[in-house]
Amino acid sequence: MNASARHDAVVIGAGHNGLVCAAYLAKAGRRVLVLEAGESVGGCAVSGEIHPGYTVSTCAHILHLLHPGVIADLRLKRHGLALSAPDLATLALLPDGEHLLLSSEVQATRDSISRFSRRDAERLPGFRARLERFAGALRPFLMATPPRLANGTWRDRWTLIRLGIAIRRLGRTDMRELLRIVGICSADLVEDVFESDVLKGVLAFDSVLGSFLGPRSPSSAFNLLYRAAGESDGRRGALSHPKGGMGAVTAALAAAAKSFGVEVRTAAPVAKVAIEDTVATGVVLESGEEIAARTVVSNADPRRTFLDLVGPDQLDTDFVRRVRHIRMDGATAKVNLALDGLPDLGGSGPHMANARLLIAPGVDYIEHAFDDAKYGAFSAEPAMEITIPSLHDPSLVPEGGHVMSIMVQFAPYRLRDGGWAAHREAFGDHVLKTLAAYMPDLSGRILARQVVTPDDLERDFRVSGGHWHHGELILNQLFMLRPVPRFAQYRTPIDNLYLCGAGAHPGGGIMGAAGRNAAREIMRDWSR
Amino acid sequence: MKRYDAIVIGAGHNGLTAAAYLARAGKSVVVLERRPVIGGAAVSEELYPGFTYSSCSYVSSLMRPEIMRGLDLPRYGLQIIPYEGILTILPDGDYLASYSDPDLTRRENLRHSKRDAEAFGRFSLEVLRQCRFIKPMLLMTPPDPTSFKLDDIRGLIWMGRKFADLSERQMYDVMRFWTMSCADFLDEYFESEAVKGQLAGSSIIGTALGPRSPGSAYILLHHYMGEVDGDIGAWGYARGGMGAISRALAGAAQAHDCEIRTEAEVSQIIVKGGKAVGVALADGEEVYGTAIVSNLDPKRTFLKLMPLEHLDDTFIDQVRNFKIRGSSGKLNIALDGWPEFIAKPPIPAPLYSSIQIHRTLDDLERAYDDWKNGMWSRHPYLDIVIPSGLDPTMAPPGKHYMSVFVQYVPPKLKDGPWDDAKRSAFADTVIDTLAEICPNIRDLILHMQVRSPWDLENEVGLTEGNIFQGELTLDQLMFNRPFPGYAQYRGPLRRLYMCGSCTHPGGGVMGAPGANAAREILKDFKRRILR
Repeated sequence: MNASARHDAVVIGAGHNGLVCAAYLAKAGRRVLVLEAGESVGGCAVSGEIHPGYTVSTCAHILHLLHPGVIADLRLKRHGLALSAPDLATLALLPDGEHLLLSSEVQATRDSISRFSRRDAERLPGFRARLERFAGALRPFLMATPPRLANGTWRDRWTLIRLGIAIRRLGRTDMRELLRIVGICSADLVEDVFESDVLKGVLAFDSVLGSFLGPRSPSSAFNLLYRAAGESDGRRGALSHPKGGMGAVTAALAAAAKSFGVEVRTAAPVAKVAIEDTVATGVVLESGEEIAARTVVSNADPRRTFLDLVGPDQLDTDFVRRVRHIRMDGATAKVNLALDGLPDLGGSGPHMANARLLIAPGVDYIEHAFDDAKYGAFSAEPAMEITIPSLHDPSLVPEGGHVMSIMVQFAPYRLRDGGWAAHREAFGDHVLKTLAAYMPDLSGRILARQVVTPDDLERDFRVSGGHWHHGELILNQLFMLRPVPRFAQYRTPIDNLYLCGAGAHPGGGIMGAAGRNAAREIMRDWSR
Repeated sequence: MKRYDAIVIGAGHNGLTAAAYLARAGKSVVVLERRPVIGGAAVSEELYPGFTYSSCSYVSSLMRPEIMRGLDLPRYGLQIIPYEGILTILPDGDYLASYSDPDLTRRENLRHSKRDAEAFGRFSLEVLRQCRFIKPMLLMTPPDPTSFKLDDIRGLIWMGRKFADLSERQMYDVMRFWTMSCADFLDEYFESEAVKGQLAGSSIIGTALGPRSPGSAYILLHHYMGEVDGDIGAWGYARGGMGAISRALAGAAQAHDCEIRTEAEVSQIIVKGGKAVGVALADGEEVYGTAIVSNLDPKRTFLKLMPLEHLDDTFIDQVRNFKIRGSSGKLNIALDGWPEFIAKPPIPAPLYSSIQIHRTLDDLERAYDDWKNGMWSRHPYLDIVIPSGLDPTMAPPGKHYMSVFVQYVPPKLKDGPWDDAKRSAFADTVIDTLAEICPNIRDLILHMQVRSPWDLENEVGLTEGNIFQGELTLDQLMFNRPFPGYAQYRGPLRRLYMCGSCTHPGGGVMGAPGANAAREILKDFKRRILR
């Protein structure tokens, strides 16, 4: 292969992290090529037309983690990033038509909870404030390269010391509580404090969304901290809708990257990373074309990167074994609907439909939904997060129409009795049947339906196991253990090959942190 | 009236251990036990003529050798009879045995999976490494990471050094082991369901977690701790049943003039001037002492024996939120003869520490789901031992005592409280399961004692029937056990101490909490905090 590579870096995959990484590298004056297997950029952050004129975020649908540093550094607003709803309220629906409203309006939230429990209404602000303090201590480490515990540099030691200081600075009481709850299950966390099922259900739901964990699985409470550490356009913990759907976010990222000189090629699937003597020298496309590069950066998940693109023969067996055992079976599915009008939300009324709607009426409800998934069945009574983005963003639909985006827990990757091919539509029907109890006229309004299962995510979006976070966010797969121990610094056993996706620290969600951190480490190595 | 240096509430094995250490140091000690027998959950009882039941705890694998030696327990009659490993009986009459001889175990694993036989070496080494890392911490007082006291900083540095001595790889493996699920851990090594199922049993005993719950890998380790002492005498059956351990501990304590009073139920801890000064017994008698040491779980100690006005609200919340979940039941059975199992391993069944019916990880997880839903497992995990196979003192000649430990059993059933009808239905489930691997079991039963967690709570005094006095999850281990800020055996009031399994390092007939508590109390005597 050509020794004087034309590209400083070639990035495999134009998911949001790949684009972020490429943009940072290009911004530093490097020549970067991004290769995307699909027809368009975006990975799991895309918008798609499910019915003529009806556009919806195909996979990820709520923006709540995109790092403000990334937005500012890459000037994403100038490149078209805009929010159609900056701070979504949460409306938990109950089968009897009752509902609970949680929003940034303190009094309204308080009143709503008080209808279920006065005590809970009093306790929620304190609970949130404490989570926020914990999140505040941990937030800076989202943007840090996980340290090595031994054989590290002064920088690694400094990160560890900073982490120690951040936790100690919480003060004795908070520090003790943080050390206690970090590995606890979310059910314990919320049941210790609250008494009303509906509030506990909302919090428990947020702790398992996107993961293959139930609220009674230890480690699930951590996901609440992870969410709390998120920021949306500077608003901490806020949930927002991007204008134009999630595809608009990656479109802005792609535009920003291009403005720095990044070249993006779509429909260019990579077959192999070219390796000579454990050094990556470029990539080989499925078409046979060879592209040389000084550095190869993979936005693909670790399993795909190492087992498919690199190949086990290039790696030592222990490393391969660890990669094979990364827990990354997805359990979240999406159902997207094109509607001819707004569905009736029963007692909660149409004026509240612009919130994030949750079907998660209690901890046990979610746990039971999880239990089904453990044995390879989709939940008999699934928990759901529903948005109707067209209420905020009329550009998504023709006059009068609406799109509904439904995230469903749980739909396990390994579905028994024939797999997803046999049960995909049955699953879609099942979700609608469950929803009918909350929105009786929904089925009559459906113009088109799209079902995205973990199987589809794996096939169409090339995410192994169809896991939204490229690997479960559990304690034994976080920070310096992500994706596998000793390789959490975006570097890999193959020289000049880096990871920049959600499989690396700090994990999934449309955050851009992994891409930015990887770019920093790559440039550090270049400057050596 | 006599005033004691220390009053120990409860003559469980940890209370007795603490008492023995205190008495040996020259303190005047009284142990007050509610029941007519000492030992708490480590008891031998003759509930049917001629048969000795280890009616609660049933094997001694965790008792610290340091304590055995330190208190010279063999001198007071403790004799440990070593046994072989585990025998898992598969539904088709095949079996998977593990032996104390690693070569035999390897050959046995080879029959089931060549890959697993190879992996077993790696697995054992890994578990051994983890145990070696944790073992020295069992007999230490957990340092408080939020404290700036010299002792705590010293303790943290010591732990840090231990950690730094590991290779980088091992460091990460320690972090993973403490947080991951047993199923994930086993999947990394093994493919055979028989092998995985056999090993997973250790990760669920006494625990309200399924094998797929993160954190369950640590429980596995907790149960392996006793098996790596190398000293074969350190694990096996206590001759004469588990009560022999308690009797030896009591003997060691009494040799140093410790008083042990049975049928002396403590009804309240007497608090004066913000200090615990004594206890009131149910019959009205008051006993005063310098240090009040509770061997009970924190819910009992603080919510039942203390007037709540002496505790602040945050502390009461901590006690209330302490996770103590009953999940185990037990059958004690007197048998008219040797039960014939459908499998015939080369080393005969009486020699095993445990005989199990084969369960896959999914089976165990489903058994756990039943518990979550408020019913006993329909296909429970059984850990069967027949101590009379090795110890002739347990049953008359030709007859046998069988202990069947059952996981999972809830303390509260969703369809109402435990009663005789439910107990008998529960026993039927267990016997039906047992009959799958031991067809003649029904014909042999002379007598049977059925214990649900509810019974355990009411008889032995373990809240919810939790055999560890509190879940062994990350949030309740080390400096978090029983709650953050109170992990150094000292209670919320001056002169009040805790010495039960609810404190570090936790449950099992280990004696470590009692020994650690005694050390801290003696330290306070020396520093003249106690006088």
